[in-house]
Amino acid sequence: MYKLLLCWRYLRTRYIALASIISVTLGVATLIVVNSVMDGFTVEMHHRLNDGLSDIVFEGRGLNGFPDPEWHKEEIRKVLGDDLKGITATVVVPAMFNLTVQGESMMQHGSLIGIDPQSYGTVSDFPQYLLHAENRERLSFALRDEGYDNRLPPSGWNWRRKRITLERDYLRQMQEAERLRREALGEPVAMNTLPAAETPVTEAAPETAGPIDPFQRKRQAAAEEHVFDEMKQQHPGVVLGIGIASHRYRGADKEVKDIFYCRPGDDIQISFPTAGQPQIVADNFTVVDFYESKMSEYDHTFAFVPLDHLQEMRGMVDPLTGVPSVTQIQIRLHDGVDLEAAQQKLYDRFPPQQFGYSIRTWQQLQGPLLQAVQMETTLLNILLFLIIAVAGFGILATFFMIVVEKTRDIGVLKSLGASSRGVMTIFLTYGFSLGIVGSGVGILIGLLFVVYINTIAAGLEWVTGRPVFDPTVYYFQQIPTVIEPFTVGWIALGSVCVAIVASVLPALRAARLHPVEALRYE
Amino acid sequence: MNKPQELERNVVVHRRRKNGGAPVKKKGQSQRIDGPHGSGYLSTRSLVKSYYKGKIEIPVLRGVDLNVVQGEFTTIVGQSGSGKSTLLHLLGVLDAPDSGEVYFDGQQIDNLPASARELLRNRTFGMIFQFYHLLPELTTLENVLAPCMIRESVWGYWRRRRQYKQRAEALLERVGLSHRLRHRPSELSGGEMQRAAIARALIQSPQLLLADEPTGNLDETTGQEIFSLLKSLNTEQQLTIVMVTHDRRIACQTDRVVQLVEGRVVENPSS
Ligand SMILES: Nc1ncnc2c1ncn2[C@@H]1O[C@H](COP(=O)(O)OP(=O)(O)OP(=O)(O)O)[C@@H](O)[C@H]1O
Ligand SMILES: [Mg+2]
Repeated sequence: MYKLLLCWRYLRTRYIALASIISVTLGVATLIVVNSVMDGFTVEMHHRLNDGLSDIVFEGRGLNGFPDPEWHKEEIRKVLGDDLKGITATVVVPAMFNLTVQGESMMQHGSLIGIDPQSYGTVSDFPQYLLHAENRERLSFALRDEGYDNRLPPSGWNWRRKRITLERDYLRQMQEAERLRREALGEPVAMNTLPAAETPVTEAAPETAGPIDPFQRKRQAAAEEHVFDEMKQQHPGVVLGIGIASHRYRGADKEVKDIFYCRPGDDIQISFPTAGQPQIVADNFTVVDFYESKMSEYDHTFAFVPLDHLQEMRGMVDPLTGVPSVTQIQIRLHDGVDLEAAQQKLYDRFPPQQFGYSIRTWQQLQGPLLQAVQMETTLLNILLFLIIAVAGFGILATFFMIVVEKTRDIGVLKSLGASSRGVMTIFLTYGFSLGIVGSGVGILIGLLFVVYINTIAAGLEWVTGRPVFDPTVYYFQQIPTVIEPFTVGWIALGSVCVAIVASVLPALRAARLHPVEALRYE
Repeated sequence: MNKPQELERNVVVHRRRKNGGAPVKKKGQSQRIDGPHGSGYLSTRSLVKSYYKGKIEIPVLRGVDLNVVQGEFTTIVGQSGSGKSTLLHLLGVLDAPDSGEVYFDGQQIDNLPASARELLRNRTFGMIFQFYHLLPELTTLENVLAPCMIRESVWGYWRRRRQYKQRAEALLERVGLSHRLRHRPSELSGGEMQRAAIARALIQSPQLLLADEPTGNLDETTGQEIFSLLKSLNTEQQLTIVMVTHDRRIACQTDRVVQLVEGRVVENPSS
């Protein structure tokens, strides 16, 4: 009983001990903030990496791909059974994107991914990252009239028509001026004029199924050019990674802004290698939407086009049988399924010696990045826990002082019949309570900091005038945080343990004091 | 010490050893030793205690034989440094002698296990010190209650808290401190602190009161008051008291005066 009472009185009368516990408080708060932010980054990154990618990528060697994806899909379905959530075949090739910006051509490189609009959404959250609401519901490579995300400038068919009308008006005015000039000079007027807007348009020839020589198709396209009406027709659609089509910067007013090099409704040219003997083919595509996963790397690299069109252009369809090839099969499993086990099953079905497929989980694909983040978190945790350990020595010193100060009282307690264990309990309880208080306050501060971290960052930004958290760097609009109750629990436990361990030595010393010597102590 | 069998066993063991042939050492002057280990209520036999400063031995007690009769008020006098406090600490089992024995109520107490000695200090002995030794964080009332708190669990104390509090208040009333219940020791005068310490020593109804210069730090009148209080406790409740003092005038008023000279006891010194 006296233990609790004395402990309580010591707590209330000795604020120096509270000062010693402040370092624990700060350490705990920092640990919580750092862990929450790191977890936030990790989770956000996992989300973006994994949601943007499928769980398992089943890949053939090289750009030629492997034939008959339907058979492979069937086999994979058999192997994985109920674990399988979605599966789709894709063609991935390196590509150059040629955008025309203010009359000048701008080249960017990246990956061109041929996807099947129906099934691609089943293996990743791809549709969610599109900027048109209807495309998010159901992807279509047909250009929409309007209704794109309002961050974009006016886009869609409406924009396309307006742009072309303006361009044609301009051209017509130029021609008119030229004609007048020549007339004035008495030169012959011999120019091919643009078709008038109301001229009926010949429908584009339906895509011929079966083998097509890409060069033949190219020539065909060239031949068709004069009948292709931009006002009413579009090229094959492409969903362009937003990073390819835009540039993000900070304006004079410190606001983050995007400039768009092109927008849905514009045409771009994409060049990519063909299968077999690689040759470069180039084709026009109409941007139908942007892809914004907020993973900077993806957004700057990926462009999505219809799978069948890409297969055709690359000559990946067998001329005799009509069986297409693909370079990848992407697989999505149900939540909680062990990816590595599934991977092993697939390797068992498609032994590497025999098939030569590479089957990798998304973690393996993103291994170095994930490991780097993991390592950073571990290192930071170790460093911060060292801070708490240092704080532990502060507590040790303070407690020793308190025990020395209380020597005579300890002697008195013993002369009144208190046991050594009882005296020890006083100081252990004291350390324990301080540890609880210290880490409790630390947890509170840490959690508050985490909850209001973006407000705090904004405040700091306002005070210092410099960006604390730059969305142009991280591609996050806000600092992501995740509070893991488990981590918080561990931190609390660890810091309380440090406080207890630090009070054990002083408490032992108090318990060992000889009553007579303690009573004589001045 | 509320187990009579244990008490009995100890006594028997001791007797057997005595009968086993160890010659009884007769030291110093004529001592009132009747029976195997003294007729006294509290008695010591050949107590030796030395302190060591490195290798150098500083002998303090060189064979103290003392008998205190139940209900008697005994005073120990002696020069400063003669070992009075040391003797009192040995009597109160706060310290262990180098050799020799301490008996209380017929039982050897200096060799008891730690827990038994703690119980003895808490229940059977009351101690008063020159410098009061109150706990500065506690109020007067809490200081008086401290021995009860030490012996009781949280739950046990909670159940009997009323009873304890009543007793503590009654005792503080008895020592004339009922108007200072909620004061901290730092807010009390020396005499008031000593009264509180006496109340604390009495809270567990001890059978023996050990007082180490209770008046040493007080002026003459206050010292006399404190002594009168102790004296009245002795006469009214037949409480056995052993007191160390420097004050000859106070010593004269007690039943028996014992002087410590060169680590030995001299009875009834001619002052
Ligand atoms: N821990 C110790 N180490 C060494 N010597 C000690 C120690 N404690 C006490 N002494 C010595 O033992 C002797 C007896 O001390 P003690 O306190 O019993 O004397 P005292 O008779 O009570 O004196 P006073 O009247 O001044 O209180 C003294 O000479 C003291 O110096
Ligand atoms: Mg003394």
